[in-house]
Amino acid sequence: MSSIEQQAKGKKDGEIRYLTPLNIETSKQKRYCRFKRSGIKYIDYKDPDFLMAFVNEQGKILPRRLTGTSLKYQRKVAVAVKRARHLALMPYVGDLLK
Amino acid sequence: MNHYETVFILNPVLSDDQVKETVKKYEDFLDSKGAKMVNKENWGLKKLAYPIQHKKSGFYHLFEYQVEGEVIDQLELLFRRDERMMRFLTVKLDKHAVAWAEKRVKRNNQKA
Repeated sequence: MSSIEQQAKGKKDGEIRYLTPLNIETSKQKRYCRFKRSGIKYIDYKDPDFLMAFVNEQGKILPRRLTGTSLKYQRKVAVAVKRARHLALMPYVGDLLK
Repeated sequence: MNHYETVFILNPVLSDDQVKETVKKYEDFLDSKGAKMVNKENWGLKKLAYPIQHKKSGFYHLFEYQVEGEVIDQLELLFRRDERMMRFLTVKLDKHAVAWAEKRVKRNNQKA
């Protein structure tokens, strides 16, 4: 019987917790653009190892929201990746690149 | 005069002499058009990330030079007519790219 009481109590606790604002950690680490921070002005298409950081396992260019790159440098990254693909330094399509 | 950079891939079935001859041909062409060669690189036989013309590798070469813009059209026309040429890419370098290229050359020289 005590277990049922505990359950009821637990449920009650749960309800109270549900009504109060949930204590979830929302302050994430501040994202930053690695090019702005390290002062890189030109993104080289001849360096496929570096550009690999900006594509997923299939060779698709990752969105800004995942890499944290600023818009200015995201455009440059995209152009560099496309140039590297044209010169067969990087694949257009791949599987398990990482 | 603008600053340009060209990377091209030559057919891997060529012999070393043929590769040298082809590279020399384009160097001479640029010379004859009054280009100032800044840097030349030979990356050697490299594996391609995907097959081009059923080939899995190619000879990579890089030219960095200053030349008038009209010459690029003529150079690329020669590239397109050359069946030894598998791929090429010519890029105009802005001031940041030139700075990067200089740094790159220095680093490569240190390594060598």
